Amino acid sequence: MSWLDKIVPSMGRTRRADRRNSIPDGLWHKCPKCEAVLYRPELERHDNVCPKCDHHLRMGARKRLNWFLDEEGREELLEDLMPVDRLKFRDSKRYKDRLAAAQKDTGENDALISMRGRLNGLEVVVVAFEFGFMGGSMGSVVGEKFARAAELALEQRIPLVCFSASGGARMQEALFSLMQMAKTSAALERLRENGIPYVSVLTDPVFGGVSASLAMLGDINVAEPNALIGFAGPRVIEQTVREKLPEGFQRSEFLLEHGTVDMIIHRSQLKETLGRMLRKLVAAPVAPPLERAPVDADAEWPSDVEP
Amino acid sequence: MNPNYLDFEQPIAELQAKIEELRLVGNDSKINLSDEIGKLEDKSRRLTEQIFRDLTPWQVSQLSRHPQRPYTLDYLGEVFTEFDELHGDRAFADDAALVGGVARLDDRPVMVIGHQKGRTVKEKVRRNFGMPRPEGYRKAVRLMEMAERFKMPVLTFIDTPGAYPGIDAEERGQSEAIAYNLAVMSRLKTPIIATVIGEGGSGGALAIGVCDELMMLQYSTYSVISPEGCASILWKSADKASDAAQAMGITASQLKELGFVDSLIDEPLGGAHRHPRETCSRVKQALLEGLERLDALDLDALLERRYQRLMSYGAPG
Repeated sequence: MSWLDKIVPSMGRTRRADRRNSIPDGLWHKCPKCEAVLYRPELERHDNVCPKCDHHLRMGARKRLNWFLDEEGREELLEDLMPVDRLKFRDSKRYKDRLAAAQKDTGENDALISMRGRLNGLEVVVVAFEFGFMGGSMGSVVGEKFARAAELALEQRIPLVCFSASGGARMQEALFSLMQMAKTSAALERLRENGIPYVSVLTDPVFGGVSASLAMLGDINVAEPNALIGFAGPRVIEQTVREKLPEGFQRSEFLLEHGTVDMIIHRSQLKETLGRMLRKLVAAPVAPPLERAPVDADAEWPSDVEP
Repeated sequence: MNPNYLDFEQPIAELQAKIEELRLVGNDSKINLSDEIGKLEDKSRRLTEQIFRDLTPWQVSQLSRHPQRPYTLDYLGEVFTEFDELHGDRAFADDAALVGGVARLDDRPVMVIGHQKGRTVKEKVRRNFGMPRPEGYRKAVRLMEMAERFKMPVLTFIDTPGAYPGIDAEERGQSEAIAYNLAVMSRLKTPIIATVIGEGGSGGALAIGVCDELMMLQYSTYSVISPEGCASILWKSADKASDAAQAMGITASQLKELGFVDSLIDEPLGGAHRHPRETCSRVKQALLEGLERLDALDLDALLERRYQRLMSYGAPG
């Protein structure tokens, strides 16, 4: 037993009351499922998957993209696009203030980050939702960045990959946000008509307007294990039908069983599996093994580099 | 309290009841009450004008759900001729919350698709309160693709609280059904006009709402979430629905100002439900004019225009 295993349970017992706050943000992280307290570098070695219970913890958008794309040559797109409060929306707080707070918390301008780069050598455009930014909700900036990413993929004739994690449309942008559903779907339809692959990766959670548009339109829809995915949230459904929801309802496994997603992929296999599928869709040669030095896509295939 | 009148319409209801009473008395006796009745009718009209002049967004929202308001099938009977309803998604079931079929607008063959609510309790249940399940949306897209093949314009009527949030709907892929419709409508090779006749509830409305022209009846609404839903999430209290309605900008006039609506169809005094025939004739006129505008574009121009229209929503600058 390592020294880590010995101290972890005792920390769990002694600080039950205020555990979340008591753990310094930098070094320790509690698994939301099994409540094991995890050493962060250890967690990161496991791609943010709990080494104890295999729970897939949420992964921030920027972290996700940096993890997903080869280090060399990745480039962020439309990073300066800022949200606009067109309606001067105000509920218990002003939308402007909510935006400012979310920007401060996440260090991002809005809830979608898009990048161009390579997945183990294969050129791709990738977007990821930042769930920490107002629940990953889709407003005008998210819709615009997504549509422009799709247009770039079309123009360059390279695949588009999306990691979604969103509560749905952003209410504070009212009908502007609803229309982003149509906008993003229209941009994706052009990819479809032109034979450009689009893979939608659903990560915990995906609901509402994001689920009912861009997230379900993949040539291939894949989900991370145990992600919560649906149109209406479980609470709304429970109130409507007035019965208890079945065990595992709206989890990835439920979606697979009902034919909504093509497959569930463990995070440790995600890059390899997506790369493998995309290469078939664009008729690219078999990929080199992962974890090798970045590969020049123009190099002759098959590579003659010794492993 | 008269259940056919909303709260803020009750003063009108009282006057109308008085007028009815006088009419009955007048019929039964020799006394001529027509002067008196005329006066009261004038008063009722002035009162209605006064009440309807400054409706709040929340009041408009209630009007858009008025139980007496014309529904899709009412328009189908009045605006169109030769309506033949087509049923089913060819895979699972027919959804009565969303109706569609071929009809003629004047002489022209058209495909009409719309949400359908019910008036009686039994009918409401059968129509699931106008909340479609995935098979409803799949029927709609089947009919749209059929319209494309036979070169008929697609005319949709929007009137739904939203797509049905139920266990079976989730199992059969409510999200995918809506998303698929959005994608197909964005490139459907035939003109599409969407008209909001009542409640335009979120994704469930948009799933038959991607279009070349968006029309809205004066007292209809269109929003990303119901005012009650918005209030309970953002204000943590459904009682704030009126504030939410105001903040989101859900009425036809607010949305026209924001640039979403192409044609605003004025309703007769007191709302569509008080004069359904007149409303239908206005809707018909608007549809004819809309189709004439879209006919002037060739197909490529129409589709490019539709795409650019979609891209313009919320675009910077």
